[in-house]
Amino acid sequence: MRSAAATWSLLGVLALLALPWLLAQVLPAGQAQFWTANILGRAIVFGIIAMSLTFLATYGGFVSLAQMMIAGVAGYVLAIFVDGAVPRIVGGLGYSLAVPLGLVAATAMGLLVGAISVRTRDIYLLMITLALAMGVFRFVETNIAWFNGYEGIRNVVGPAMPGFDVRDPMVFYHVALGTAALLYFGVLYLVRSPFGLVLQGIRDNPRRVAALGYSVALHRIAAFGVAGFIAGCGGTLSTIYNIGISPGTIGLGATVNVLIMSVIGGLGHPVGAFIGSLIFTVFDTFAATIYDRDRFNTLIGLVFLVIVLVSPDGAIGIGARLRRLLAAGRR
Amino acid sequence: MTIKISRRVMLLGSAGLAAGGLAAGRIAAPAIAQNAPIRLGGLTTLEGPFATGGQDAYRCIQMELERINHTVGGRKIEFVRESSNAQADVALARARKLVEQDNVDIILGPLSGAEGIALRDYSRTLSGKTIVNGSSGASDTTLRNPSPNFFRFSTDGTQWMAGLGRHVYQTLGIREVAVTAGDYAFPYAQVFGFNLEFCRLGGRATHYWAPLGTTDFTSQIAQINRSNAGAIVVVHGGTDGLAFMTQYAQAGGNKPLIGGSIMADQTMLSARGPHRRVMIGMISGGPIADVIDDPTWRDFVERYRKRWLNEGGFQSPSIHGVNYTTNLYGILHALKAVDGDLSNNQAAFQQALAKAEITAPTGATVKLDHNRQAISDIFLNRIEERQGNAQVVAFDRARAINQTLGMPEEQFLKLGAPSRDNPGCVA
Amino acid sequence: MDLAATIVLNGLTLAALYFIVASGFSLIFGLMRVVNMAHGAMYMVAGYVGYSVFEPLYDRGAWYAWYAGLGVGVAFAAAFGALVQKLLLGWMQGQELRQALVTIGLSIIVADQLLAVYGGTPRQFFAPDAIFGSTQVPGIGGYPTFRLVQIGIAVAVGLGLWLVLNRTKLGMMIRAGVDDRQMLGACGVNVPLVGVAVFSLGAALAGLGGVIGATAQPLAQGADGRFLLISLVVVIVGGMGSVTGTALGAVLIGLAEQIGQAMFPTYSVILTFVIMVAVLALRPQGMLGRA
Repeated sequence: MRSAAATWSLLGVLALLALPWLLAQVLPAGQAQFWTANILGRAIVFGIIAMSLTFLATYGGFVSLAQMMIAGVAGYVLAIFVDGAVPRIVGGLGYSLAVPLGLVAATAMGLLVGAISVRTRDIYLLMITLALAMGVFRFVETNIAWFNGYEGIRNVVGPAMPGFDVRDPMVFYHVALGTAALLYFGVLYLVRSPFGLVLQGIRDNPRRVAALGYSVALHRIAAFGVAGFIAGCGGTLSTIYNIGISPGTIGLGATVNVLIMSVIGGLGHPVGAFIGSLIFTVFDTFAATIYDRDRFNTLIGLVFLVIVLVSPDGAIGIGARLRRLLAAGRR
Repeated sequence: MTIKISRRVMLLGSAGLAAGGLAAGRIAAPAIAQNAPIRLGGLTTLEGPFATGGQDAYRCIQMELERINHTVGGRKIEFVRESSNAQADVALARARKLVEQDNVDIILGPLSGAEGIALRDYSRTLSGKTIVNGSSGASDTTLRNPSPNFFRFSTDGTQWMAGLGRHVYQTLGIREVAVTAGDYAFPYAQVFGFNLEFCRLGGRATHYWAPLGTTDFTSQIAQINRSNAGAIVVVHGGTDGLAFMTQYAQAGGNKPLIGGSIMADQTMLSARGPHRRVMIGMISGGPIADVIDDPTWRDFVERYRKRWLNEGGFQSPSIHGVNYTTNLYGILHALKAVDGDLSNNQAAFQQALAKAEITAPTGATVKLDHNRQAISDIFLNRIEERQGNAQVVAFDRARAINQTLGMPEEQFLKLGAPSRDNPGCVA
Repeated sequence: MDLAATIVLNGLTLAALYFIVASGFSLIFGLMRVVNMAHGAMYMVAGYVGYSVFEPLYDRGAWYAWYAGLGVGVAFAAAFGALVQKLLLGWMQGQELRQALVTIGLSIIVADQLLAVYGGTPRQFFAPDAIFGSTQVPGIGGYPTFRLVQIGIAVAVGLGLWLVLNRTKLGMMIRAGVDDRQMLGACGVNVPLVGVAVFSLGAALAGLGGVIGATAQPLAQGADGRFLLISLVVVIVGGMGSVTGTALGAVLIGLAEQIGQAMFPTYSVILTFVIMVAVLALRPQGMLGRA
């Protein structure tokens, strides 16, 4: 069963690799590029951030609302240290150093969030991570010296080498896809490792795991560190995609959006994060056509509410239910 | 509601046009490009706290496009609406959608400062497309690192304070002021513009900064009331400004008030309460006023009222509505000059934009400098009680104010970007 | 010296507002284990609805305009809270995470609809003349009367809550329900109805905070997120589900905010969260929370 999922996922990645080429065959040039970079690419970037939440929720049972903030930490550290960003806060580093630095910072922030919330569970955890995320957001929004406050830091254009310019939508798409695939298979591998098994044990029964001699606290904090790293990758990509970062990127709206993506897609498997982010991005982009743009939030709120009420396991759950129904029908 | 319907009508109209274009295409192929509608993408803020400004911007644009029957230089204009929530990344996503998915030729927008800088950066990556500002007013959008594809026919936050410092020092004879301002880029720019004149003449300013979103100013007001300041310069936006004014009135403040451009605004004046008492008589500077003694403005206001007063419009067009209209005028002027010719990567069109000299709805003349930034008139305003309503009345006009307030650009740039540590008071 | 006194008094008046709002959140959480993420939305709904009643009356110069706005705002929030519990949350009792998600969805929709109906213009109530002007406070001088009234209301809310929970039959049923729902049901009490009553009371407190808050400072879009966050922090610091703890948390956060703003404005936000993290590290259940 598990290997079947991995095979399907691999096929999915291959299909996504070929998709830009396919789109170019059927759509006008501008639209093909738009779908590739700004629907699929954006969905993949957000999907990575959502997957850091899905990973924690699926295998640890932790619904953390701090993931968008952690992604923002990577973005901000990158923007603060990289050369060419406007305004220059510290600067002086190339992308080859600033990006890893951002990822380290995000991982550290993940560990910190894990450590702060280590003794709480369920809704307590939800509340605390939300409060932490909003605290960082308010700080970033009001602090000028380090984060340039409300305006944020612009002109983070991304690395460019001859033949490899991240500003090229195709290159960006493939970088994002590659990162997502690596992280996705990394997560699938990790959860079958001893660490992942202990994590799932903690989710189901922390006392028994502790009785077996494992440190529940350390495993929890480490899981948050892993999630922080994943979110950091997403945050780095999103900062380059947006040519910069501002507090709005990690505000309450953005934080809730990541939760919406994860829940719409389904918290049962990491792939749900990407399904959810794709659905969200399509809605977000075409809301003006589907429904009056001004009321986009009502629309997405209703979709979210209906999913929570009807199918708590999201789109994956709906899919699974349909399959069962079809199988039953055939018999 | 009406906007929604008319958009649908517009889309229907454009479908018909497209069909017409196809029919014509069979006869003369090269004519297609010339007769196909020009696609103008609008980007403003219809979500979040700035939504009222964004709605008014679209009201004004719709009114002006209706007036010319959606036609300029022999070509139809098709207007595609998009909306952001005043966040830079959302504005960027919408702009990309307008360019790539909706295939617009020109973007008119955005509304707020950070969005403007994000779109400026994006415009640099485009070729054959032009972005003309909506209402965003950050100086750096055009002053530092300008983009060849970004044009701004509206003035910026520093320009809006032109003439105010001199008026306070020379006409009012005030030598010391207390400046209370929000701790972010837009108030920095405004305070900078004020101090540039006021401090240079010998005035002294004490600054009180408060983070964006501050709603409790009582401690600050207590300090200011105890100081020797002869007047208070207030540069807060939206809710913060209302909170300051209300608490100032409650504390029984009676020093003369000098307001930033967004303080003397109908959103503030139409809100009820004690702040209106202290705001009567407040002096401010800015690109518009409710009452300007100018026939162009009177005509514009009259048309605006006739069109929108019964459909949710304000008594008088808002600052965002006027800025969007001014920039729209720039686009229309250039399109007319080149007969709607957007070929050759819009080279001729962009040249015409750069050379355009237009009259804004306020009656101010506008032309662009070498950074494609407006040089235009700024009004000195006073809030007066007229027919039971508080109104912003222009009593003076500083003409042809450029982005460096008349200073040589090199010297101005050397002063550095405005910030809380660099508020423009360099002796 | 008088500046320091002003800042402390400011902190206390702010704490009073925070307590009124957060007590509703704490009540719902403590007694029903529901994290009501729509608490901020209820604050905002009450503010706007109350204002739409207040404004025309105020224009006509009616002396009772503010009281009418207050009454309608609070009643509307209470009814809204009751409906939410009855229609959405009641039948998923015990699924805490799902209930939190439902209220998140709800708050998104409510905020957007409020924007659609009321627009982005900030609004502010004006208190009746009796409590509007300023009062001489020894050591400080003139101080806005309404802020002092705010403290009075907060004290009244605290006492009222304590009395309801400890001295009435409803309070007895609520407390019994926390300890053993099934037993309470077996005793013939309509447990779902008790749940609706609690939720409605919590929402009414959010509504009370909404009108009071919109009198003390302007009400605009975004207030929902702000007051949800404040409720979260106050309850986390003070202790989940304890009225005294909520009061203590509110005072601590209110003072920290004002003192921080006066002493180091750009870093003041951090102070609040340092307090929260410190409390979590030492007492995860909050200062006065039950372990």
